[in-house]
Amino acid sequence: MLTGRQEFGEAAFDRKDGKLVVAHILVAFIALLIGGVAGLLQSMVRSGSLKLPFNIGYYELLTAHGVLMAIIFTTYFIIGFLYSGVSHTLGGKLLPIVNRMGWLGFALMTAGTALGVVMILTGKASVLYTFYAPLKASPYFYISLVFIVVGSWISGWGIFYQFKYWKKTHQGLTSPLFAFMAVVTFLMWQIATLGVAAEVLIQLIPWSFGWVETINVMLSRTLFWYFGHPLVYFWLMPAYMCWYVIIPKIIGGKIYSDALARLAFILLLLFSIPVGFHHQLMEPGISPFWKFLQVVLTFMVVVPSLMTAFSLFATFELNGRAKGAKGLFGWVRVMPWRDVRFFAPFMGMLIFIPAGAGGLINASNQMNAVIHNTLWVTGHFHLTVATSVALTFFGITYWLIPAVTGRVLTKRMNKLGIIQTVIWCVGMFFMSGAMHLSGLFGAPRRTAFTTYEGNADAMSWMPYYVGMAIGGTVLFIGVLLMVYNVFALLKAPQGATEYPIGETMEQAETTPAYLERWGVWISLSVVLILIAYSIPLMDMIMHPGVGSKGFVTW
Amino acid sequence: MHIHKLEKIWLTIGISMLFVFLGVLGVSAFAMGLQPPSEHHHMLDPAKVQETAPFDKPGLRQTGDSTYEAVMTAFTFGYAPDKMEIPLGATIDFVVTSQDVVHGFEIPGTNINMMIVPGEVSHVSHKFTKPGEYLILCNEYCGGAHEFMKTTIIVK
Repeated sequence: MLTGRQEFGEAAFDRKDGKLVVAHILVAFIALLIGGVAGLLQSMVRSGSLKLPFNIGYYELLTAHGVLMAIIFTTYFIIGFLYSGVSHTLGGKLLPIVNRMGWLGFALMTAGTALGVVMILTGKASVLYTFYAPLKASPYFYISLVFIVVGSWISGWGIFYQFKYWKKTHQGLTSPLFAFMAVVTFLMWQIATLGVAAEVLIQLIPWSFGWVETINVMLSRTLFWYFGHPLVYFWLMPAYMCWYVIIPKIIGGKIYSDALARLAFILLLLFSIPVGFHHQLMEPGISPFWKFLQVVLTFMVVVPSLMTAFSLFATFELNGRAKGAKGLFGWVRVMPWRDVRFFAPFMGMLIFIPAGAGGLINASNQMNAVIHNTLWVTGHFHLTVATSVALTFFGITYWLIPAVTGRVLTKRMNKLGIIQTVIWCVGMFFMSGAMHLSGLFGAPRRTAFTTYEGNADAMSWMPYYVGMAIGGTVLFIGVLLMVYNVFALLKAPQGATEYPIGETMEQAETTPAYLERWGVWISLSVVLILIAYSIPLMDMIMHPGVGSKGFVTW
Repeated sequence: MHIHKLEKIWLTIGISMLFVFLGVLGVSAFAMGLQPPSEHHHMLDPAKVQETAPFDKPGLRQTGDSTYEAVMTAFTFGYAPDKMEIPLGATIDFVVTSQDVVHGFEIPGTNINMMIVPGEVSHVSHKFTKPGEYLILCNEYCGGAHEFMKTTIIVK
């Protein structure tokens, strides 16, 4: 019997690794489906048109929606995508031990997810996905988080191991760009998750079991946000990987600059972590100086963002001109708009422009007061993670599943993909637009339906809630179509699909070796974290005040 | 590393604008006092809020010609005092703490928006120049009846 590799030549994807990738992608989309159902039910429970059994209410649904979409869908997809690219670019096959680490990580994360979802839906953990103390969930909810985080660590270590092995066997060669970016992404994840690991292991679990009576609330919030902001870059960096490495190949162009792409990722590593205070601008216990310092560090990610925007559009324009496009914007017309593998991620990129601009407002120190904890913020991350990142991941799916399973994307599937992308953009336009506007007027986020006893301000937000419900319903149709597409892709006709990895332009210069001096970059990252966090954190630990008992208020 | 001339121009303009922006934020924060709220580091025992001054007697007290201090506590699911009347044109210094979990403190239509963290005291000031009823709402999830957590102040 022929193996997949022999059948389709050297380009075919390793079948064993393909199974690992498909397992991750499938769990990601099952999470998207359940999270989407929770999202739709939220709007129905909120308007009072539906009552669910087992006391499942708005906040249980909101917790499930947040955890499944923002943590489970993203993390599983990211690990599946990164493992596929690491397998493909670092030797065409994962080392046996790396494949096993991938499965071990998968098993731990899946056990954690199942336990966590049960805790949430049985009302033992209606603490939303930020689980702010002193709201006290069941200890098993926190333990489920440990499983998820440790599982993701083991998967990350697998990527490091494969990378190290490749470097050892390819002395003096520059690593493939995709693999380099995967390593930076998981390095960042490794450093960032230390904060939430400390919060959960040292603070929340002992307190939730009752081994200690009180908790240092400010410390727990600070540790959470030390992790909470880099989390958004953990979503974004794999999307950037698609934009930098995959998209140039799909449009038939070249990567603009390998070295600048790597530099952008190093800057993301450095400036995504020492910035958590910009989520805590409106709270007591942190001095204005440290808040402002972290605001400045937050804004340093503008630099890699500008570099990325330039590189991507340089790739598009140069590619368009090579195809014979004339005039200032002639290249726009020759882009492959009818190819979902380009169209979906491109819409994600486009929407990232207003999404990023909104983010600048959020992080702007005193300006944060206008929108803090309002629906504006919900609208913001529905543009960033739920559109820019999600549409990019959807776009990846249309070639990733065929590539790793030895199938082809049919014309019909491509068309359904285009339709799905349009549905998503339309739904998000209404939902996120209404959220942004009502947030500017003060409508709070994470709040079940209320008119505050007919208050005039609150009543003026009602039309926007209708807009949100309409957008949400359209988006739910988008979720259903996407999940259908995933299962249809698994049944697509057999054939060979190339794994699209872009190549650098010929005239681009060689990549400097210092970009792979991991010791230097990790040390710099640690130094920045120490500068940003040492003194305020010491202050919280040395002057903890009286801690807080736990409360179950749901 | 070679950087294209156009990219150099693009980055120079972008980064210069960024630093001008950060300069404006910094000057308005540190020289003009437009700080985010709650700079004070003031702590108390969250279990003994109702016995600790000034939170044992929540309410409005005059501190100057047209300045008042509004001492308030936040709890699941409300605020004390329940209703306050404020003279038009007065500057109110809100001093707020929580008796239980983390709450929010937001007045739509103003820039008042802060977190109320148990064990800490949050401060914010505002001059009320328009008469009417102002809604104070909790914008941080605090439990099953979070959506009912509010109070009002009347400015006249």
